[in-house]
Amino acid sequence: MTNALVIAGKEIQEGVRNRWVLATTLLLAALALTLTFLGSAPTGSVGVRALDVVIVSLSSLTIFLLPLIGLLIAHDAIVGEMERGTMLLLLSYPVGRWQVLIGKFVGHLAILAFATVIGYGAAAAALAATGVSIDAESWVAFASMIGSSVLLGAAFVSVGYLISALVRDRGTAAGIAIGIWLLLVLIFDMALLGLLAVDQGRVITAPVVEALLLLNPADIYRLLNLTASDNVSMFAGMAGLADNLSLGRNVLLLALGTWVAVPLGLAAVAFSRREL
Amino acid sequence: MTATVTLEGVVKRYGPVEAVRGVTFTLPAGEIVALVGHNGAGKTTLLKLMLGLIRPTSGDVRVLDENPSAGEFAARKRLGYLPENVAFNASLTGREVLAFYARLKRQPVSGIASLLDRVGLSGASGRRIGTYSKGMRQRLGLAQALLGAPRILLLDEPTTGLDPALRLTFYEIVRELRDQGATVVLCSHALTELEERAERVIIMNRGLMVANGTLDELRHLTQLPTRIRLHLAAKPTALPDWLRSMNYRRFNGHVVELDASPGKKMELLRWAAASADTVDDIDVVPPTLDELYVHFLRSQEAAP
Repeated sequence: MTNALVIAGKEIQEGVRNRWVLATTLLLAALALTLTFLGSAPTGSVGVRALDVVIVSLSSLTIFLLPLIGLLIAHDAIVGEMERGTMLLLLSYPVGRWQVLIGKFVGHLAILAFATVIGYGAAAAALAATGVSIDAESWVAFASMIGSSVLLGAAFVSVGYLISALVRDRGTAAGIAIGIWLLLVLIFDMALLGLLAVDQGRVITAPVVEALLLLNPADIYRLLNLTASDNVSMFAGMAGLADNLSLGRNVLLLALGTWVAVPLGLAAVAFSRREL
Repeated sequence: MTATVTLEGVVKRYGPVEAVRGVTFTLPAGEIVALVGHNGAGKTTLLKLMLGLIRPTSGDVRVLDENPSAGEFAARKRLGYLPENVAFNASLTGREVLAFYARLKRQPVSGIASLLDRVGLSGASGRRIGTYSKGMRQRLGLAQALLGAPRILLLDEPTTGLDPALRLTFYEIVRELRDQGATVVLCSHALTELEERAERVIIMNRGLMVANGTLDELRHLTQLPTRIRLHLAAKPTALPDWLRSMNYRRFNGHVVELDASPGKKMELLRWAAASADTVDDIDVVPPTLDELYVHFLRSQEAAP
């Protein structure tokens, strides 16, 4: 385990040095602050629960951005080090390949969590500083939004490792990563909508739709946050959906956790079989 | 002498390509071994097998009484490796990278300052590796290979990019480790450099081991002629009789070179020493590692 931590430490050190941490934190903070103050304009200030509005806008931002950031840090992790020749030396040390992978995962996750907590936290802090009253329930919803955002990022970091462990060169890894992002974040929902429109509810019933949504971590995240509390789902316009949803919160968390663990496990297997 | 590395009937296949074909050798502790061969002869594959980075298709590899690819890492703590074209993360400093590798080998990070000093990098240790020259990166590679007093040192093209002064320091370090009982494997193309330093030479060609022995043993095996160079007196009246019957080459008027087979060498030298009026000076050049290498490769090509 010490080895994994040593490697995690080096990943964080590298992330700090090559400005990854700074760039992602600033990006998330800037977008979060913009959304917080511009996004609250339409609701006015008449007794609306300001933080819940922020949760809705930030979750929509997360769905696009965190998968992209996760894939960007992860797709290079294995194939990039192999191409640069640093992996050969690293693996000649007394470290297991799975330790390398876990170490990188912990390091990248720490970078992602730091950027999300600081970036989004800045928005909440700024909101609180303006003197808006925020109740405990909203704070809990906000904290769980940040937690699930990190989990979503982790899922895409895992997927990124799997790509990185399978392909032969970095260019391919980058291409596939962008493709996966487009597929899961943009195309999947549109395709599902199209399918539903064509099908008119004949074959694809509500449970089938729910099962299909579990195939996409971005949708699991959406369900998890936009239906989390009554207030949030009302603002998100998903109150109707929230009432009909049969999947409990724990099932959704478990599904998202599976999206972290399974690609990571597969990446470990692919990496351990890879010839140097 | 205890063996540190043992290979037995090792075969490594990459798809249809046989990178290593049935190689067997034993390396004792406290010896400098030169592993020579063309590009693609299987040298790097052998190193990777000893490191346990790849598994042999068949055969047995044992390093410090351990199977290196079995996932046991006790042996690797006592092993230093310098890959060909060593690469480091460009955004970290030399000291940070060395500290990272020291932690992985469970070595005290406090020891790295003296190591950096030893390879002449203490001045640049706080700079990003991205700013390093090729030679500086090679020195850092050497420093990481020396972490934790290794019992086996596997060095792939260690002196490329090193300036002559550092090259000497490098061989001093290697000799020091050898004296402490380490096995040092040097893979290189710079055969003249290895000739004076290696106690044992292993020649690889297309995955086969074609020779394994001390330089003297190899010379004896090949029966290659020793070159005797005679510097003739400024104005020789005539070549001595014994010389005229020989097959000789003449350079710039007063230098004559002869090829002496091992059996004839002493006889020729006695004759040359006796002709004091015509011969001013004698140079004896035994077959170099270069010549032995070429000879072994040719004789292997000839045999199907």
